[in-house]
Amino acid sequence: MTEFSPRIVAFCCNWCSYVGADLAGTSRLQYPDNIRIIKVMCSGQVFPSYILKALELGADGVMVAGCHIGDCHYVSGNKKAQERVETLLRVMKTLGLDPRRVRLEWISASEGVKFANTVKEFVEEVKELGPNQLGVRE
Amino acid sequence: MTNIGVYICHCGTNIAGVVDVEALAKRVAKLKDVSLARDYKYMCSNPGQDLIRDDIKHRNLDRVVVAACSPRMHENTYKKVLASAGLNPFLLEIANIREQASWVHLDKEKTTNKAFDLINMAVSKVRMDEPLTSMSANVIQRVLVIGAGIAGIQTSLDIANIGYDVVLVEKEQSIGGRMSQLGKTFPTLDCSACILTPKMVEVSSNPRIKLFTYSEVEEISGFIGNFKAKIRKKSRGLDESLCTGCGLCQEKCPTRVPSEYDEKMGKRKAIYTLFPQAVPNIPVIDRASCLYITKGKCGVCKKVCPVGAIDYERGDEFIEEEVGAVVVASGFDPFDPTSKEEYGFGIYKNVITGLQLERLLHAAGPTQGEVVRPSDGAVPKRIAFVQCVGSRDEHANKYCSRVCCMYAIKNALLIKEHHPESEIFIYYIDIRAFGKGYEEFYKRAQEKGIKFMRGRVAEIFEEPASRNPVIRADDTLLGMVTENEVDMVVLSVGMIPRSDSSRIQKMLGLAASPDGFFMEAHAKLRPVDTLVDGVFLAGTAQGPKDIPDTVAQAKGAASGALGVVSHKALLLSPLISEVDERLCRGCGDCKDVCEYGAIELVTLDTRKVAKINPAICKGCGSCVVACCNGSIKLRNFTDSITFAMLEAALGGAL
Repeated sequence: MTEFSPRIVAFCCNWCSYVGADLAGTSRLQYPDNIRIIKVMCSGQVFPSYILKALELGADGVMVAGCHIGDCHYVSGNKKAQERVETLLRVMKTLGLDPRRVRLEWISASEGVKFANTVKEFVEEVKELGPNQLGVRE
Repeated sequence: MTNIGVYICHCGTNIAGVVDVEALAKRVAKLKDVSLARDYKYMCSNPGQDLIRDDIKHRNLDRVVVAACSPRMHENTYKKVLASAGLNPFLLEIANIREQASWVHLDKEKTTNKAFDLINMAVSKVRMDEPLTSMSANVIQRVLVIGAGIAGIQTSLDIANIGYDVVLVEKEQSIGGRMSQLGKTFPTLDCSACILTPKMVEVSSNPRIKLFTYSEVEEISGFIGNFKAKIRKKSRGLDESLCTGCGLCQEKCPTRVPSEYDEKMGKRKAIYTLFPQAVPNIPVIDRASCLYITKGKCGVCKKVCPVGAIDYERGDEFIEEEVGAVVVASGFDPFDPTSKEEYGFGIYKNVITGLQLERLLHAAGPTQGEVVRPSDGAVPKRIAFVQCVGSRDEHANKYCSRVCCMYAIKNALLIKEHHPESEIFIYYIDIRAFGKGYEEFYKRAQEKGIKFMRGRVAEIFEEPASRNPVIRADDTLLGMVTENEVDMVVLSVGMIPRSDSSRIQKMLGLAASPDGFFMEAHAKLRPVDTLVDGVFLAGTAQGPKDIPDTVAQAKGAASGALGVVSHKALLLSPLISEVDERLCRGCGDCKDVCEYGAIELVTLDTRKVAKINPAICKGCGSCVVACCNGSIKLRNFTDSITFAMLEAALGGAL
């Protein structure tokens, strides 16, 4: 049996976290290739349903990444994201989903290292959790 | 029929070294709606751009995906290519296969697979992207400046001298602000009036500056390029167009009350100008102390006025002005030390504030520049300055007010130069002499024999017989508590936000920093801008600062405002949210989450619906998530686009 290779989706905000991921690239920091980034304008633009949809489609982990609190390009979008994701995490257990599959991170445009390390860490954690049983997998 | 062209860049070996670009192109070409997929060594080069342009024209492409470096590098380059080929530039997506794939992974097969997914995601998005057009909004090419202290004066002069019109509104009866109250200025000891009054005259004589004094901005509506301001011109109790400023009324007025401008160190009349060089040189009747208005007696000013200008019953006027940008230069108030009871201000007569001392040192002040103590009018021989009053204090304000060290040193030096025999003590926590020439100035004060005592003052009490204040302090250099009897104490009070700053903040929709001053858009890179487009900050309204920093920021604010009003029209980003009025139920949840005030509820037929102002919306998408029935969408970031991208991201094999 081949090793479980999780599929992870990351919603990265246009102003901080997406740029942090770019910096990881320009710094040639290696991290696992399990992650697919979807750019959003703001972490506050991420519907909880986007996260649920990702899990439904078989994502083994979902990350929402935005600017640090106080640095949001749109003043408070990240605070809204925080409220929504935290609420979702509480509900997930009730829905029979493992909240450890969802992660909220603040990654600034200068934190390429943090981006790479966060991905590494998250991939390891999700490997421990095993495949997301909700996703239809072969 | 959708015809998507996909262009995979080798970026030399940056991408092609890890990603099998040829195999990738073959795979991508099979994706739904993709009519061609090419790879090329440098897609951003001119031949690369021509490749795309030719295909759009000759192969009838209607959407384009470029798989290359980060969109932050070349998205605009490719947008221009699309536009030059007659295709809407918003029908472009970038798959970031360099920063997100070839530069961060090593395994050729896996990286190629990931690049395929990223391209597939971009194809899914571009298929659903809508063509968008930037809207243009006309700009009213004038600037409103609120506050005519040195900041507002400098901003107005800069804008007017470059050739744009300014509406300058000052709350007080004369322009000049706090700087006009000061005697001399550090570290050069220029007399404040000597450097300020020429600028004041320049303001009053500049045909491009429309000056409203004794006036307040009551309401502002609109958005960048198109603000409407309602200005209340308060009644001076006389007809300004008749007044010649001869001063006879002030001379003859029998009422004398403590002067606010002199910080209560002197008296003024009930009809008065703030200072002799006031601009405009037109007095105001203080309705609270005028005998005619309060008791119906007197009327002397009306009798003596040679032009019959006095009109006690004159009412306020309201004026509307339209402007394209706003500069807030509303200044500061001095900290009121009454709340610091341990210092005895307001209890002991010979404890005064730094600004009161400024008035005493001012050549045109209540004592014509002679420093005397309030209890007996004697010249004080031993004077102590207490630093950080109301600043760097957990019980008052945590911030440093940035000017108190220097103004205390300056005033100490002035007194010492005038009365070399006097003894001067400065009680400080740290001396902050950070500006150009400041450290040298501090050194000069030390050399002149001014004594610097390091330690916080615990308490000030009074010797009843002499009315001398006694300072009890913890001298941290000696490591002991000291007591020092002096003739007069000067509290170096810091700066606090203007009493009406929260009104201005709400009126303009500005944010405030934790210290209460107006918040800039970015602490380092946008210190003059605010989060409200078209509104800029100058001077101490944004935070404590000295005159050089204020002038520098005022010039910055002028440049910011000119950046708006020098255009006849502004292009507005079309990447914003829009409401589907058919679905909107008018609950207003979107309005509540909008940080920019871009949404209002309007009546459509018989029901309320949300309306987004495209000139204000920044496209953050907060309202989209807040909307409970999906009636708002963020253009080209819709739910269906996100779901399509998710399917593409998760459908591929890892």
